[in-house]
Amino acid sequence: MSETAVRVTMKKDWMSDQEVRWCPGCGDYGILQAVQQLMPELGVVPERTVFVSGIGCSSRFPYYMNTYGMHSIHGRAPAIATGVAVARPDLDVWVVTGDGDALSIGGNHLIHALRRNVNLKILLFNNRIYGLTKGQYSPTSEIGKVTKSTPFGSVDHPFNPLSLVIGSEATFVARTHDLDRKHMMGVLRAAYEHRGASFVEIFQNCNVFNDGAFEGIIGRQVREEMMIDLKHGEPIRFGTDGRKGVVMGGDGQLRIVEVADVSVDELLVHDAHRADPALAFALACITHDKHQATPFGVFRDVKRDDYGHLVAAQLVQASERKGPGDLAALLRSNGTWTIG
Amino acid sequence: MTITSPQAKGATEALPYVVVRFAGDSGDGMQVTGDRFTSVSASFGNDLSTFPDFPAEIRAPAGTVNGVSSFQIHISDHDITTPGDAPNVLIAMNSAALKADVHLLVPGGLVIVNSDNFEARDLEKAEYETNPLTDGSLRNYRVVEIPMTSLTQRVTEPLGVKARDAERSKNFFALGLISWLYTRPTEPTIKWIEKRFKDLVRDSNLAAFRAGYNFGETTELFDHPYEVRPAKLPAGEYTNVSGNTALAWGIVAAGQLSKLPVLLGSYPITPASDVLHELSKHKHFGVRTVQAEDEIAAAGMALGAAFAGHLAYTTTSGPGVALKSETMSLAVSLELPLVLVDIQRGGPSTGLPTKTEAADLNLAMYGRHSEAPLPIVAAYRPSHCFDAVIEASRIALKYRTPVILLSDGYLANGSEPWNLPDVATLPDISTAFATEPNHTAPDGTPEFWPYLRDPETLARPWAIPGTPLLMHRIGGIEKEDGTGNIDYTPANHEKMVRLRQAKIDGIARDIPLAEVVGDADAHVCVLGWGSTWGAISSAVELVRAGGKKVAWIHLTHLNPFPVNLGELLRGFSRVVVPELNGGQLCRIVRANYLIDARSVSKIQGRPFRSAELVNEIEKEFS
Repeated sequence: MSETAVRVTMKKDWMSDQEVRWCPGCGDYGILQAVQQLMPELGVVPERTVFVSGIGCSSRFPYYMNTYGMHSIHGRAPAIATGVAVARPDLDVWVVTGDGDALSIGGNHLIHALRRNVNLKILLFNNRIYGLTKGQYSPTSEIGKVTKSTPFGSVDHPFNPLSLVIGSEATFVARTHDLDRKHMMGVLRAAYEHRGASFVEIFQNCNVFNDGAFEGIIGRQVREEMMIDLKHGEPIRFGTDGRKGVVMGGDGQLRIVEVADVSVDELLVHDAHRADPALAFALACITHDKHQATPFGVFRDVKRDDYGHLVAAQLVQASERKGPGDLAALLRSNGTWTIG
Repeated sequence: MTITSPQAKGATEALPYVVVRFAGDSGDGMQVTGDRFTSVSASFGNDLSTFPDFPAEIRAPAGTVNGVSSFQIHISDHDITTPGDAPNVLIAMNSAALKADVHLLVPGGLVIVNSDNFEARDLEKAEYETNPLTDGSLRNYRVVEIPMTSLTQRVTEPLGVKARDAERSKNFFALGLISWLYTRPTEPTIKWIEKRFKDLVRDSNLAAFRAGYNFGETTELFDHPYEVRPAKLPAGEYTNVSGNTALAWGIVAAGQLSKLPVLLGSYPITPASDVLHELSKHKHFGVRTVQAEDEIAAAGMALGAAFAGHLAYTTTSGPGVALKSETMSLAVSLELPLVLVDIQRGGPSTGLPTKTEAADLNLAMYGRHSEAPLPIVAAYRPSHCFDAVIEASRIALKYRTPVILLSDGYLANGSEPWNLPDVATLPDISTAFATEPNHTAPDGTPEFWPYLRDPETLARPWAIPGTPLLMHRIGGIEKEDGTGNIDYTPANHEKMVRLRQAKIDGIARDIPLAEVVGDADAHVCVLGWGSTWGAISSAVELVRAGGKKVAWIHLTHLNPFPVNLGELLRGFSRVVVPELNGGQLCRIVRANYLIDARSVSKIQGRPFRSAELVNEIEKEFS
């Protein structure tokens, strides 16, 4: 989205000189690789790119990108990044956050950045655990989760990140995972190409504190039966030879069916561009636990003016109406009188 | 001054000053009435000082003391600094207003009451057991009873105004009456009413205003009108300005003077919201304002904008400062320019949101985790808010540091004439962004080190996104000095803590020396900061007029202090520190300079009266 002439970059141009310090085997490595590989393909340049993060394992991300970056405060990255994006609509601003950072301490900033449609690319690394603080349950941990802070199991109902952000009427919502770089790069590219707020949930494995959290969905043995690949304009089908599909019942409920049991016409056709978020919301809610088929890809991608440009446009309009600011005139705008 | 001095009937009597207090129900339009009287007096050429005093509730139960909203104005033919210790005149629109404010009046003062609101039910709501108009309790005042509501109803009835609607015009009757009593020009108010209101409301207000004026002229309730002649103020072009307006204009000015775009992140909070309102009108100056989702986000957005190269502000009051604390600590660590404006109010917690207090000095000085020093500037009068925010911005930009500017509810809402500066004489506060690498690696490669400091100011370079070759990452984790790389080593951490402190301490070399006003050879010195300036100024003059020697030092820089402050204070045998808090500055100067300063403390949600301070200063001579 940079307006300057495109300069060709290589993956190494996007790698900082800092040693990457995530635990060996962490899913974050795959995401970093995908992002560093994607950047040259987007035709953007490091100096016009900003990564802002909060606090948590994922939030170390900016240190490893040779761009402008800020590792900020727990939960506050969307607010700080909003300041960057509103001040400078010419920049590409990415937010890297986690399930605790974005959905617990920073929940408020996330939903407001989305409703304003700030031009931010928000990547939520969801590992369903607090890693940096060594293993407490997170707002996406399943009920019954036994952790250091829940020795008898968590009784907290978890957030579904996607239904939350679709409820905020986010204009771009997608899901991918850390085991499929090609899929991830495709989703991230679509997120980048969307003008406004893009939200991407990335299923990310924490092999130390919550190993295999998504194994029942994205594991290589089960993937074909458990991952629902959403493609705009196509009937929603998955499973071996597309034998399963999604239909909408008369009650408005989405159901997973054997395609053989229904007519093909009854299959739900995915429409990511629908203004009304209800369908995307229903798709996000189709999964209730980690052993159910789960949709991936772009749930929602609709056009709405982005916040930074709307704010900038008001400045332009004000200048057109009032001319450039005249400080001496401003000080006299409430009337004056002269003595002597 | 005696307001009832005998005089030939009809002739206008000149007064050097008068303090008028309008008091009524929250819905009676007392603030509008006060504003109009202020505006007319300002354009007439008086010096003036105002004190709006209103409850936190938008509409407390009508007719109760809790719902009383007042506006006090001091007008004079000479230079003044306070809204007056005690009103000479109280306009009480109902029983509750009388009850709430009559004790403030000077003995023998004039009380003009709207006698329509003294029925049994009104008295009961105001918790009067007997009618004060008849029980003799007002014998020390001169009381004039006028049925303002019914007179307004009568004069507006021919226009087709319903009796209930006419009630809303009765404040203009009062304004008309006072305009006659103090010989104020009527034209500006008539024009204002014509512009501000439409149709029947406009006609009703005009009729009430004229009726009030004519009532003064034709009845024999008052012997004669009074006049407060224009003040002999220094030559110049003046406007009447409130602290919050001056502050917002100061932010616009700082943007111009630094040649930077401005971004304000703010969240509504009394008494700071007017800065957001005012600034939001001036987008053609390249000013962005964002009403954030909360106080934390407001500070975060400002910090993000600062990182991106804007001159960034966040405005709030005490509870908001508490919420922004973590962001300010990050700003200290990131060493980015950012100005937090705290319009102080009574606390703790919600406290007295519409009342003034200056009890956030400790919060500004110490209210962050760990060692996180930052500069503090304090405004001392409404018009000074303009200069103070420019100074806070100058320090923030030059030293790449967050700065806290302290104002308070009294300065924010109070207004005074302001001799407008020539904008060409305002300081240049511009700064330069980093544009190229500032270091060479051992292998000869040019590098950018984000924490390579200016040897004189210790400020680090400000390299903004979009600048080729200067990409860098900063964060809250401790950094190695110079490279800015993450560094947890013990010696580096201590070095960085001490460097951040030294940078702030060094600002003392770049601010004016403390100045002694009054008698430099006195034994007694008054040390003040912030909005106590007006009351101290007047009290010091009164004590000196009584033949005693007093010195006065008023601080605008509270961190660091001027380099000569300790030496100056040690030169006096007595130091008195009046503050609208429990003695916060007093404790700091005692600790810093080992002097036996005495705290004079008032925590009532109201400013000091000059007389209170005269009394306290006099004690030092006994």
